[in-house]
Amino acid sequence: MITVLASLGQPLPDDPSPIETPTVDWGAVAPLLVLVSGALVLLLVPALVARLRSTTVYTVVTCLVAAGAIVAVVPLWREVQDADRGPFSTLAGAVGVDGFSLFMTVVIALAVVLAALFAHDYLRRERLEGVEPYVLLLLSAAGGIVMAHANDLIVLFLGLEVLSIAVYVLAAMHRRRVTSQEAGIKYFVLGAFSSAFFLYGIAMVYGGTGTTNLVEILELFSTTVITEDGLVLAGLALMLVGLGFKVAAVPFHFWTPDVYQGAPSAMVTWMASGVKVAGFAGLIRVLVLAFDAYAVDWQPIVYLLAVLTLVVGAVLAVVQTNVKRMMAYSSINHAGFVLVGVQVATDQGVEAALFYLATYTFLIAGTFGVITLVGRTGDGHHHLDDYRGLGRSRPGLALVLTIFLFAQAGVPLTSGFFAKFYVIVAAVDGGSTSLAAIAMLSSVISAYLYLRITVSLYMGDADAAEPVPSTAVPAAAGIALAACAIVTLVVGVWPGSVTEPARDAVPVLTASGDGPPG
Amino acid sequence: MIPALFASEAGGHAAPAFDILTALVVLPAVGALAVVLVPRARSELLRGVAVLFTGGTVALAVYLLAAFEPGDAGYQFEVKRSWVSDLGISWHVGIDGISLFLVVLTALLFPVAILGATPHHDAKRYYAWLLLLEAGCLGVFVALDLFMFFVMFEVVLVPMYFLIGGWGYGDRVYAALKFFLFTMFGSALMLVGIVSLAFLHRDAVEDQNRAAATEIVAEAEGDPTPAESERIDALRAGEPLSFDLVAIAEARTVVDDSSSANPLDWAAARWIFLAFALAFAVKVPLFPVHTWLPDAHTEAPTAGSVILAGVLLKLGTYGLLRFGLYLFPDAANFFAPALVTLGVVGIIYGAIVATMQRDLKRLVAYSSVAHLGFIVLGTFAITTEGLQGGLLQNVNHGLSTGALFLLVGMISDRRHTREIAALRGLQRVAPVFAAVFTVVMLSSIGLPGLNGFVGEFLILVGSFLTRRWWAVVAATGVILAALYLLWAYQRVFHGEVDDDNRAFPEMTWREGAVLAPLLALIVFLGIYPKPVLERMEPAVDRLIAHVDENSDFVSPSVERPDATTEEAEPPPGADADEHAEAGK
Repeated sequence: MITVLASLGQPLPDDPSPIETPTVDWGAVAPLLVLVSGALVLLLVPALVARLRSTTVYTVVTCLVAAGAIVAVVPLWREVQDADRGPFSTLAGAVGVDGFSLFMTVVIALAVVLAALFAHDYLRRERLEGVEPYVLLLLSAAGGIVMAHANDLIVLFLGLEVLSIAVYVLAAMHRRRVTSQEAGIKYFVLGAFSSAFFLYGIAMVYGGTGTTNLVEILELFSTTVITEDGLVLAGLALMLVGLGFKVAAVPFHFWTPDVYQGAPSAMVTWMASGVKVAGFAGLIRVLVLAFDAYAVDWQPIVYLLAVLTLVVGAVLAVVQTNVKRMMAYSSINHAGFVLVGVQVATDQGVEAALFYLATYTFLIAGTFGVITLVGRTGDGHHHLDDYRGLGRSRPGLALVLTIFLFAQAGVPLTSGFFAKFYVIVAAVDGGSTSLAAIAMLSSVISAYLYLRITVSLYMGDADAAEPVPSTAVPAAAGIALAACAIVTLVVGVWPGSVTEPARDAVPVLTASGDGPPG
Repeated sequence: MIPALFASEAGGHAAPAFDILTALVVLPAVGALAVVLVPRARSELLRGVAVLFTGGTVALAVYLLAAFEPGDAGYQFEVKRSWVSDLGISWHVGIDGISLFLVVLTALLFPVAILGATPHHDAKRYYAWLLLLEAGCLGVFVALDLFMFFVMFEVVLVPMYFLIGGWGYGDRVYAALKFFLFTMFGSALMLVGIVSLAFLHRDAVEDQNRAAATEIVAEAEGDPTPAESERIDALRAGEPLSFDLVAIAEARTVVDDSSSANPLDWAAARWIFLAFALAFAVKVPLFPVHTWLPDAHTEAPTAGSVILAGVLLKLGTYGLLRFGLYLFPDAANFFAPALVTLGVVGIIYGAIVATMQRDLKRLVAYSSVAHLGFIVLGTFAITTEGLQGGLLQNVNHGLSTGALFLLVGMISDRRHTREIAALRGLQRVAPVFAAVFTVVMLSSIGLPGLNGFVGEFLILVGSFLTRRWWAVVAATGVILAALYLLWAYQRVFHGEVDDDNRAFPEMTWREGAVLAPLLALIVFLGIYPKPVLERMEPAVDRLIAHVDENSDFVSPSVERPDATTEEAEPPPGADADEHAEAGK
């Protein structure tokens, strides 16, 4: 499928000889294959073997599949980092394998693991046992990975759709909650709309440049000056709208609070981490890589988007009383920080964005993991008052939530601080000092929100509110929370373990047919 | 690399075999962990563990005091380790005469605060937060890396926030939020400033290196020797980013002096200075951004107030000195009139508002605004006396206001009110308590013979040289201090005892023992401040020379028979001594 569509971008051969199909380098797309085949196996096998129909099996298999994808990345990473080989592209130049795409693949796979662990208890509790959420999760991740690898706008669109459609279903998965249905419909309608924008943008870029291949677009811009580039600019703007929707940049953010609030909490874990990572992967590939020559045109736009996203996200987060909505707006604020890294359009900016996304994945997944647990059966306890006295009734849970919240506020010795710091460094180095200052000020505004939650946790009158029942934290969720907290603290002191791969993960566009030898 | 850096390294000390400063920072943090690990069933051990670790910190601090070489102006016990290598961030610690006494003060006040007040619930978390707070505070005072400094400066917010919010009085949540957000707002821009500074410094050094390389090329006339070409290559290679305070400050790249080879442009240095100054002004706090202080001090638990006033405010004044004056001599000199004015406004405003307070604790809180105004005045007078007085006043304020907060906390625990109107005639029923309160209060007023006088006197002498009228206005603040404190003392301790106050318990031995070291130091520093001043002096002189050299500022010369311009300053230790003795 991918190959056929990708070959559409190639000029048609003059003689009507049989269509030349590109060779497929299976090894290069191994992580993707692992995820997709894992999803199919997961769908089929329990259907045939009744003994395997349990959420525990599904969770374990999902985690193993995601881990398999990470393992499959390792040889590719070595190959890409090898000075003799370097990044390459395959499938007729439609799929690029570089440090960037592999880094993103790992982050997305980790997000899958976390989401699966949180979903385990949630699905049982809500009596939604079924294999579908796990299959959709894996397929959605596969879509995200396609986006991260895309060297062609059509491939990017394919990835986007695979990712999105699975997530629409996940949002609407809680059959007995009207808000979940509402979230699904809202997400679907608005998402479809934005996909249409994106597709229209691709069409315009194709009209303006004659290709959808990112490498060819890059080459075209570096060799030719297009005098009448209205079509290209319009296409770029429309693509920005489509991708801006996925990463929830203001003013394309309106769906976020409603969807995050209505969707099943365990699935929001994935939406806020993996989906966002994939969206940014697409954004960086298109803007920073292919449309590098047009940086002068899109940088001011992204600057404005970043400012709006930072400020609106922070300000609106503060006035919420529903914790899920709060975190939805705060995730908008964080998207603003990543946009700052994108706006700089330097290797350092991309590195900062990667670091941010990697660390934020653990923060937000952990936060929504706690929200999932506090939400209790019915997934309805999300008011700020429901967190009253949590510090007393469930000290462990309150402690990890506090860690995640302070990390998101950017308090030093947490990963969130270094994430912000790297973005600031990149912005100052790239000459966007004013943007760095705005970003830091917005983080002070949003700090109020995190403090409000910790106030409820520790300083609220526990007697006034209905006490949170102190049931034990389920094992799977416990493991995931502990992992998130440990990553947050360890990276907060020794960021090198993430920055070094992030630095090696500079995205490169490599021309087609440049497959690895052998 | 630049010659200045080599020079400073050559002048420094070899790394000590035992990294005492890192141990000083790590020990309380380990203590916090130990407190957390105390089993729930043995909660009576918590206090002991906390005292043990803070006591260990005191022992280290005393060792520092003993091993510190008084005549050395440079950094001692210096250790530098790479932390985040790709950004040139290092764990760089060291102390000089400026930070030494703040470290000692911090180490001393924490066990006093822990012994002087007990939490009414959740002792485990309370002690853990206090110990983490101590680690952060000590980290600020020993940090010589901008990044490390920022990390420590920010990280102290979290424990303090929880201490105020968890164990404070009535309006504690509001006070805790206000405290956190105000301070974070201040330091948000400082982070951008730090990063900008590091990049500007790197660019300036690279420019210098390139210029030097061009010079060598020109001298070699197209035929460089191998050694020369090696040197050219080394100079042309990019310069790594560095957040090292000493390297940046001594490299003089941030200096606006036209004689230096590559000055940063004026505007940039000043903007960055303002970003730093804002962060410190909030922390100090200076007049318009002080509003968090009365709330935080009043609502905090007693130990929290002691640490807030005694240590946390000093992070601001210390920052102004080390990361304002030292790092940006010219910008600091440029903005000094504004800062001094704000300081003096704070002195008068704080005093007047303190007079009007009905709550005894709030009164003490506002008196802090006034005292800190003095310190800022002394710092930006940029004279040896002014700086020394400011530094000494940092210590004095920590001792006397710390003790005052302890005493007010004791009153509050006994009477469950801090309303001045509700307290009467305590002198009759608790004479020892009243006597202790008197001594501490007089120290805070600045009575000759007690420590407050030495500090305030030196500040006024120092600022009189460079900021005459500001010093004149500030001097009235001393009178106002006498007004509000004596009046409050009168209302609380004098008069007839009414029924509510008749049962006011006398000071216990235990409370006395906690206050004893503070009282001893109050008297000792008032009579014999020389050991402190002579340890401060070399570092202060060096700082002033640094400012003198790198800005338009010219040190005022005091007429002395045999004085050259450079040695115009009288030996202030001896000087202060004389005055203190005269006051006695």
